[in-house]
Amino acid sequence: MSLSRRDFLKYAGSTGAGVAVGTAALDLKPVQAAATTLKLKEAKVHSGVCPYCAVGCIQLVYSKGDKIIDIEGHPDTPHTLGRLCPKGAATIQLSNNPLRPTKAMYRAPGSDKWEEKPLDWMYEQIAKRYYDAREKYFVEKEKNKDGQDVVVNRLDAIASLGSACIDNEECYLLSKLNRTLGIVYHEHQARV
Amino acid sequence: MTTNLIDIQNSDVIMATSNFAENHPVGFQWVMKAKERGAKFIHVDPRFTRTSAVADVHVPLRSGTNIAFFGGLISYAIQNDLYFKDYVVHYTNASFLIDPAFKTATDGGGLFTGLEQTGKGGVDPHVATTYKKDTWKYQLDGEGNPKRDLTLRDPNSVFQLMKRHYSRYTPEMVERVCGIPKEKFVQVAKLFCENSGPEKTGSITYALNLTQHTNGVQNIRALCMLQTLLGNIGRPGGGVVALRGHANVQGATDLELLYHELPGYLPMPLRDAHPDLKTWLDKETPKGGFWVNRPKFMVSLLKAWFEDRATAENEYGYQWLPKRASADAYSHQHMFVDMYKGIIKGFLSDGQNPAVGGPNAKLARAALGKLEWLVVKDIFLTETAEFWKAPGISAKDIKTEVFFLPAAPAAEKDGSLTNTMRLIQWHEKAVNPPGDVTSDAEFFVSLAKRLQKLYAGSKKDRDQGFLATKWEYGDNPKEPNMELVLKEVNGYATQEITDKDGKVVYKKGQALNSFAHMTDDGKTAGGCWIYTGVTVEGPDGKLINKANLRKPADDKDYLAHGWGFAWPANRRILYNRASADLQGKPWSEKKKLIWWDPEAPGQEPEKKGKWVGLDVPDFNAFLAPDAKNGDKPFIMRADLVAAFFGPLNDGPFPEHYEPVESPTKNLLSKQQMNPVAKIWNVPDQKNDLVPLGSPDYPYVVTTYRLTEHHLSGVMSRYLPMLAELFHSHFAEISNELAAELGIKNGERVTVVTPRGKVHVTAMVTHRLKPFMIDGKKTHQIGIPWHWGYNGISKGDITNDLSATVGDPTVYIQETKAFLCNVKKGEV
Repeated sequence: MSLSRRDFLKYAGSTGAGVAVGTAALDLKPVQAAATTLKLKEAKVHSGVCPYCAVGCIQLVYSKGDKIIDIEGHPDTPHTLGRLCPKGAATIQLSNNPLRPTKAMYRAPGSDKWEEKPLDWMYEQIAKRYYDAREKYFVEKEKNKDGQDVVVNRLDAIASLGSACIDNEECYLLSKLNRTLGIVYHEHQARV
Repeated sequence: MTTNLIDIQNSDVIMATSNFAENHPVGFQWVMKAKERGAKFIHVDPRFTRTSAVADVHVPLRSGTNIAFFGGLISYAIQNDLYFKDYVVHYTNASFLIDPAFKTATDGGGLFTGLEQTGKGGVDPHVATTYKKDTWKYQLDGEGNPKRDLTLRDPNSVFQLMKRHYSRYTPEMVERVCGIPKEKFVQVAKLFCENSGPEKTGSITYALNLTQHTNGVQNIRALCMLQTLLGNIGRPGGGVVALRGHANVQGATDLELLYHELPGYLPMPLRDAHPDLKTWLDKETPKGGFWVNRPKFMVSLLKAWFEDRATAENEYGYQWLPKRASADAYSHQHMFVDMYKGIIKGFLSDGQNPAVGGPNAKLARAALGKLEWLVVKDIFLTETAEFWKAPGISAKDIKTEVFFLPAAPAAEKDGSLTNTMRLIQWHEKAVNPPGDVTSDAEFFVSLAKRLQKLYAGSKKDRDQGFLATKWEYGDNPKEPNMELVLKEVNGYATQEITDKDGKVVYKKGQALNSFAHMTDDGKTAGGCWIYTGVTVEGPDGKLINKANLRKPADDKDYLAHGWGFAWPANRRILYNRASADLQGKPWSEKKKLIWWDPEAPGQEPEKKGKWVGLDVPDFNAFLAPDAKNGDKPFIMRADLVAAFFGPLNDGPFPEHYEPVESPTKNLLSKQQMNPVAKIWNVPDQKNDLVPLGSPDYPYVVTTYRLTEHHLSGVMSRYLPMLAELFHSHFAEISNELAAELGIKNGERVTVVTPRGKVHVTAMVTHRLKPFMIDGKKTHQIGIPWHWGYNGISKGDITNDLSATVGDPTVYIQETKAFLCNVKKGEV
């Protein structure tokens, strides 16, 4: 037996007034305990961080094989006490979602559709675009305000945006890549 | 954030200026906890929300008038002697004397001394101007130290200038400008000021409500000045609570995905100011304060990137960094204007959706169509990835090549995120991502390696920096080891480091324990000095990842120092030396945090005395209160004191100006708008603005967010659970405005500005009320911005309404206050 969200709502709502009122009228502990023990039996648990706002709610991510089966708040978290908001509680649907693209795709100039492409082909093409733009538009030296030549090693033709949604380590790698290539249009959501 | 969410429970008064309960619901529990303990809660917001519903007082204020409100509070605290005198005299620059030639906006018709015209601006009647700051400085004594008057009576003291500057910000003026009835303002001022002082503390929370304005930075300064005046910084229950909107907007800022800096808040070189490393170090290293260490952090960063190729002889590779042509360039808004003009050819949009989420989104989408190529990496197909499918667009006319790479969410990869209280927390990979989905790290490393192959053998000097960078993180090329990346960020010894007795302190390659161990001679490398200490070597030689520590709070450690790692140095409340008085004793027993223990073992065996308490001292732990600078808590400032007088591009004190688009003339001075606001001149009528007094666009509009959706909607509109909870786009319209326009609740309406229009459902509500501004009824509407043309729940793009205008210091847009019209039906 497993309890789906709708079953749960039906059960909790049987007092006729939905979850919010139902909480006061009904002892939910047995329901929650049953949901936890049945669903999560034999699952592996991992430490997660909620990917939505910046409160940083720690999550317990339960998996079986290569499938996430449940995500809930970590009750020991000092600044959240285990709670999640509606977005945090929906985190599992970022992974388990039929609308999620799992293939790399290319759209040719003027085309009205995507074409699936191998990842290797994509990387090769993207690297070539970076290389060509850098070769063509790179500026090594420029006059300063006093008319003297200054080494600027700058690339204005490529811009990079994002992201406050990626990890610290990823942000660092992107900074390292962009800056050492000469990229200066280098921004993310904190600016807006 | 200077403080910690947990610590909000210790506040005696909390003033939320954003919709805390709905936008950061889980953090909001600490406000409720404080209320249970007797705290008063004030909510300042144009709209009545679920935050207002639990407030002791809700204060609706017209969008765009925050400085008038904070200025009123500053003035009230000064005029009624409610500020924290000892704190202000000793821990701030209130006593410092300013150049007598400087005049505040009170004596300058709304302008400070030094405004100069620099050429004609983009938009009539705005003329480009800039401030010459040569009088915005301290008077110095014979030894070059600022002159001070500890009585605060000198007319040129910062305190007296501040008092004079804000003397115009009376309760009557606040009523006229903000639309807050005078009695309500006085009630709030009393409540907030009387709950601050030696025995009590108050906190103020903010989010984008204060930042998205053409005086966004000054809004934050005004808030900080009020908190400093009341002695609310560095103390339990005090602080500035910055509520950030993305899981890693703090971390992405620290690691500096921003045009103007390098990781760890190091200024990005400018062509004219910083031709070489020596000049950069000379100009960017102040004479006092903790930033005297900046050369160590810069050289360590260069070593982290260019490794063995970074040497003293080649300025540690400094010349391989790009130099900016100007400080007024490359920001988000500059980027899309320049993209539209064809300057930018290729674009990577990684985990960001500017086609919906940025200002003037119609301009952004038009700009994407001018690109040669676009790469998007995201979890779902964003409107940016599919801009060529936007309604009304003919795909065959769009020549941009688009590459879409599916991305893995946090649960499918290892890595750390830094939350709004500077807390770095690790997440573990729970499952492999499906299909061709990879982490962003995998993409960056793969791209870098392929590019290095293309550049292999290049003899050009300009390529040598990039070729020097290393991209091997562990043995699995398909999955770079994020703990090794974190170690590079943390910093390590590039060679064996010994102490003066020859004892090995660090082996070659060993992770650094503290940024205090960084050097400017190439012996240490480190990608972001403020993160040092997040990962250290354990006794068994293995890395300890402190971001993954999970020791809960307990009675002895309410701030939970064993849970994750907060930068810098695991300090949970910044500037906490200010929680103690000059002699190092807590200002009050109730508000103690750290204090000087003269009997504690000192730094050396024969010495005694140490800062101890409930937090890691944000101070030299062994610097006695009576030692030189032992009584100066604001260690990041060159003069070690908090700054009321702090020169920004638009003035040393925040001054109220109207938003670029405003329903009223400025009632405070004859200067209508921020004289140095950034207004872009965009071709093809892509950025037309509403002139003052226009009958065509009479209503104020503010944009905002909902609990059930996330920002531009990529991570919520595709999720059935969330799309179901809030399924369609709407605008909140007051009963009064709806009656005037004949609009019923649930009807379709059109919201229009010179930039664009949206069709949405009218939510006619009591939660918004018209403001009385100088006796005139002024309507304001509210509209969320989560929708776009993709996903399960679709809707028009709110940012098609907003304009390309910006704050003069950081160039953030003004999406919290601009003008619109509302029309019945879809027109």
